[in-house]
Amino acid sequence: MKFLCLLCAEKVMEQMPEVDAAKHFEDYREFTAAIRESGHFVGCNRLLPPPAATTVRVRQGKVSTTDGPYVETKEQLGGYYVIEAKDLDEAIQVAARIPGAWIGCVEVRPIAEDEPTLRALGTPR
Amino acid sequence: MSEDATARARETAEAVYRAESRRVFATLIRLLGDFDLAEEALHDAFRAALEQWPRDGVPANPRAWLVSAGRFKAIDGIRRRARFVAIEDVAEQVEAVVDDAPPWDDEGIEDDRMRLVFTCCHPALSPDAQVALTLREVCGLTTEEIAQAFLSTAPTLAQRIVRAKAKIRDARIPYQVPTPAELPERLDSVLRVVYLVFNEGYSASSGESLTRVDLSSEAIRLGRLLVELLPEPEAIGLLALMLLQESRRAARTSPAGELVLLADQDRSLWNRDQIAEGSALVERALGSRRFGPYALQAAIAAVHAEAASADATDWGEIVGLYDVLLRAEPSPVVELNRAVAVAMRDGPAAGLGLIDAILARGDLQDYRLAHAAQADLCRRLGRTAQARAAYERAVALTRQEPERRFLERRLAELPD
Repeated sequence: MKFLCLLCAEKVMEQMPEVDAAKHFEDYREFTAAIRESGHFVGCNRLLPPPAATTVRVRQGKVSTTDGPYVETKEQLGGYYVIEAKDLDEAIQVAARIPGAWIGCVEVRPIAEDEPTLRALGTPR
Repeated sequence: MSEDATARARETAEAVYRAESRRVFATLIRLLGDFDLAEEALHDAFRAALEQWPRDGVPANPRAWLVSAGRFKAIDGIRRRARFVAIEDVAEQVEAVVDDAPPWDDEGIEDDRMRLVFTCCHPALSPDAQVALTLREVCGLTTEEIAQAFLSTAPTLAQRIVRAKAKIRDARIPYQVPTPAELPERLDSVLRVVYLVFNEGYSASSGESLTRVDLSSEAIRLGRLLVELLPEPEAIGLLALMLLQESRRAARTSPAGELVLLADQDRSLWNRDQIAEGSALVERALGSRRFGPYALQAAIAAVHAEAASADATDWGEIVGLYDVLLRAEPSPVVELNRAVAVAMRDGPAAGLGLIDAILARGDLQDYRLAHAAQADLCRRLGRTAQARAAYERAVALTRQEPERRFLERRLAELPD
């Protein structure tokens, strides 16, 4: 079973003092190496800060773009991990080790693997 | 079989249902991997028992018979629905059901009840959902009964339970007892649910009547189950705390339904059996040296229970226990209770100073009992104007009728 872990925090790397960011990157390097080793790792990426975001909508065939993320909150989406875990308890254990969880929070969501989804994504079982 | 024997078999089936249905249900969830399938299988199994037992006699191990019957009914159901789904999926589903360990060892069955409790109280579910699901699935209350207890409507409750079960399924909340590393946090969540149920029964937060007996007895039953299956010091402490509070139920309200304070209660009405059991459990929990807030609160309740009157209470001991409790779990409510105990030990002025300081800090401004305690101490010190103002604040904050009447009576009794 795959879970998406969305990392949210009030401060992202770019907004931290340089030493703190360096330390945080090192924490991430260690954590990511550890879950590659344990087989939980599926994928991950860090995102550039929300001011770099553009939100796109299409209405009546017209594309409209707006500046910024689709929802403004104090906590910003900073990156994500996709992990493999046998159930929610195991996913929570992995999520609790993500360095971002110590300063912000991590939303853990199961990834849909039902037939219509897999067919739509072109990756049938 | 004679008519008598048939009637007896039917009675046995019904008695087994009352005593065992939740155990059988817990095991069926493990075997079938789904709450709804298990519920359906449970009903099918009992229907089969009502048909077969009067005819063929009651089996040697009714519980194992029911689990086994439920499992076969579920497999039948999956096969019947198979006409509509791909054959590999059916094979997979049936295999998952058949492959499991033999369901008829009693130890395994007890583990299943623990799995059910921990799943219903999983912290990934909202607190409201944890309470509703525990009462429905572990205690077997109907949604109507739960709705009545929480002054809600049956459709709201049913909706909450459906959503919780969907989350268990979709988010893959596992059906297992947590590992020792996870246990402290997970047990906290279970104990919190049980105590919440108890308190809603012991001191209904709103409404006409002061207490709701059924919820308290369900909570005590749950507490006993926990202690039986997982005798952790805090589980023992919580059961002790509930029993000791419950022991005062008959004395807490007057025949007219009015609130009677601890100091004014007729202690001959206290339930001695519950006090004896609760006090023994307190000793057991404290003896473990791994006790926490529940055992400490139970210890305080035990000191009250052993005193012949409010004046004869060992207030020094109670203040000391509150000091330990404050270190274990700092909270302004505990500080308030400690202040009241200090007032009993050292006089109202000493206690009032502490309460004024808590309120001045801005904590507990909206907590009716803080203002009621302040009012009471002012009254005893003859500071009538201050007492009046504090009683009025307390009245404005209370949502419970007997409590409001009590405070208004006190207010009316103040000298001009």
